[in-house]
Amino acid sequence: MTESVKAKNCKLERLETGLPGFDHISLGGLPKARTTLISGTAGSAKTIFACQFLVEGIKKFEQSGIFVTLEENPEDIKKNMRSFGWDIDEWEKRGKWRFVDASFQVDDSATILDNYDFGALLARIEHAVRKTGAKRVCIDSLSTVFGRFPHQEIVRNEIFRISSALKSMGVTTVITAERTNEYGEIARYGVEEFVTDNVIVLRNILEGEKRRRTIEILKLRGASHQKGEYPFTVSEDEGLIVIPISQIELKQRSSDIRISSGISELDNMCGGGFFRDSVILLSGATGTGKTLTVTQFIAHGAMSGERSLLLAFEESRDQLFRNASGWGIDFEDLERKGLLKVICDYPECRSLEDHLIVMKREIEEFQPKRMAVDSVSALERVATIKGFREFIIGISSYIKHQEIAGLFTATTPTLVGGTSATETHISTLTDSIILLRYVEILGEMRRGLMILKMRGSRHDKDIREFSIDHKGMGIGKPFRNVSGILTGNPMQLENAESDRLKGLFKEEVYRI
Amino acid sequence: MNKVILKLYVTGKTPKSESAITNLRYLCEKQLDGEYEIRIIDVLERPQLAENEKIIATPTLIRELPPPIRKIIGDLTDIEKVLLGLDLQRPIFGTIEEENKHD
Repeated sequence: MTESVKAKNCKLERLETGLPGFDHISLGGLPKARTTLISGTAGSAKTIFACQFLVEGIKKFEQSGIFVTLEENPEDIKKNMRSFGWDIDEWEKRGKWRFVDASFQVDDSATILDNYDFGALLARIEHAVRKTGAKRVCIDSLSTVFGRFPHQEIVRNEIFRISSALKSMGVTTVITAERTNEYGEIARYGVEEFVTDNVIVLRNILEGEKRRRTIEILKLRGASHQKGEYPFTVSEDEGLIVIPISQIELKQRSSDIRISSGISELDNMCGGGFFRDSVILLSGATGTGKTLTVTQFIAHGAMSGERSLLLAFEESRDQLFRNASGWGIDFEDLERKGLLKVICDYPECRSLEDHLIVMKREIEEFQPKRMAVDSVSALERVATIKGFREFIIGISSYIKHQEIAGLFTATTPTLVGGTSATETHISTLTDSIILLRYVEILGEMRRGLMILKMRGSRHDKDIREFSIDHKGMGIGKPFRNVSGILTGNPMQLENAESDRLKGLFKEEVYRI
Repeated sequence: MNKVILKLYVTGKTPKSESAITNLRYLCEKQLDGEYEIRIIDVLERPQLAENEKIIATPTLIRELPPPIRKIIGDLTDIEKVLLGLDLQRPIFGTIEEENKHD
């Protein structure tokens, strides 16, 4: 066997954790039979990570686990984890889960002299591993043990000894440790210096009055992994979910199939409708007709037998249904037929990461062919800029993968002209951008629509006037002899001037 | 005087364990007039007992009787502190070191 082949065979083996998204960012899981330090401030979900490491092992791989608790007592842990639907009692009965309770006891008033070791703890852990044939061990949390024993040197040595013993038993271990700052030393008491193989940092950052959870793999000795912070969320029924932005590769197939927007003239302007798997951004000031466009788009889908999903963050169900019936659309009937699903939520009801998880779940359950989000700008309220961008990337790439046509609306802050922050974040991610704008001409407010971009298709370049009546949107003629609509300063041009401009650019030039 | 029951948890036959056992025997002989019982538990042989008692460190000495339960962690070299910890303090005739010198 040559050296290089040997090296390949010695390649670090991984243990797939089963934590949603984590195996992706760690490029295959945690190094097998090694110890990994999970460091984080108070409330950064360390204990959840540790528990879930065992839970997923049992649920997905039938691997038993040992939970060594140095902090909370097992009853509290069981109670807390029940909220995720994890029935630890049941696993204990089946011999899949075992606690080694080294938590602080109320009557624990030991006099600590010197010259001792953690031989008993180690013996108990080894005993538990042997009894259950455990493949996974977690120790939660190291920092408390430093508070209970005054001899730091001894504690350090003993933790190191336990970690090495676990290694030689072939179990993969996760140890949690507390840190004081989100960006500072890795953990208190210099824990990382003796549990050095692998370090993962969990953060719970306060940014602009909002909490944002991230996970960062600082190092996996001898193994590659994704770098940087990844957002994660703690969902009620799945526990910790890492949102792997990088999973989202530009690999989507692209479809030539066109679907109707529900407004026939708009289809014509788009060169025959939207693409089946495209994401369309609809931008406009308040009252320009965004919700109407969404309603028509969704209704057309549902009425032609495609399941359609509407996620509304600005209006209540009743409002939406009343509006729709005003345009002759019976949402209630469509919902009864199972072709439509309308979900109304306040953006504030959960964090943006959780919104993303919920949306994905709804999409998975309902399997829609088209969906609309009205509006994504409302969601901006509950997130930081970075979090919002990640959300948009996450949701748009997800629906493209599923070959769902998505219509997102964005509200511009100014009445005329203008772009919104939303647009700057997502314009490059969307396939098409449609602008709805107010146009003030001779003291009258009129509405204009234009298609700013449409990937992979010819489209109308005119700014067309449109009106809203009981049948919905009616698209009329282009604004002629007016310039400056997009900048918010429309100017009426003299006929002579517009004729001169027409002569400057021949039709053929811009008809590609 | 009530009977004293002492349990000593040790890990294997290490010098630390041996020293704890020797120190404990010496101390009991000197201080407790024969009204005591010592149980020595090796956690490597009886890990379940350590589990039940939630022992972390070794050597750990537990005074089970008379109540309340008292715990001392360490190899018991410092006899005064051990007696203080066990709440069994009596007039002290000499420390182990001094006694050893006479041997």
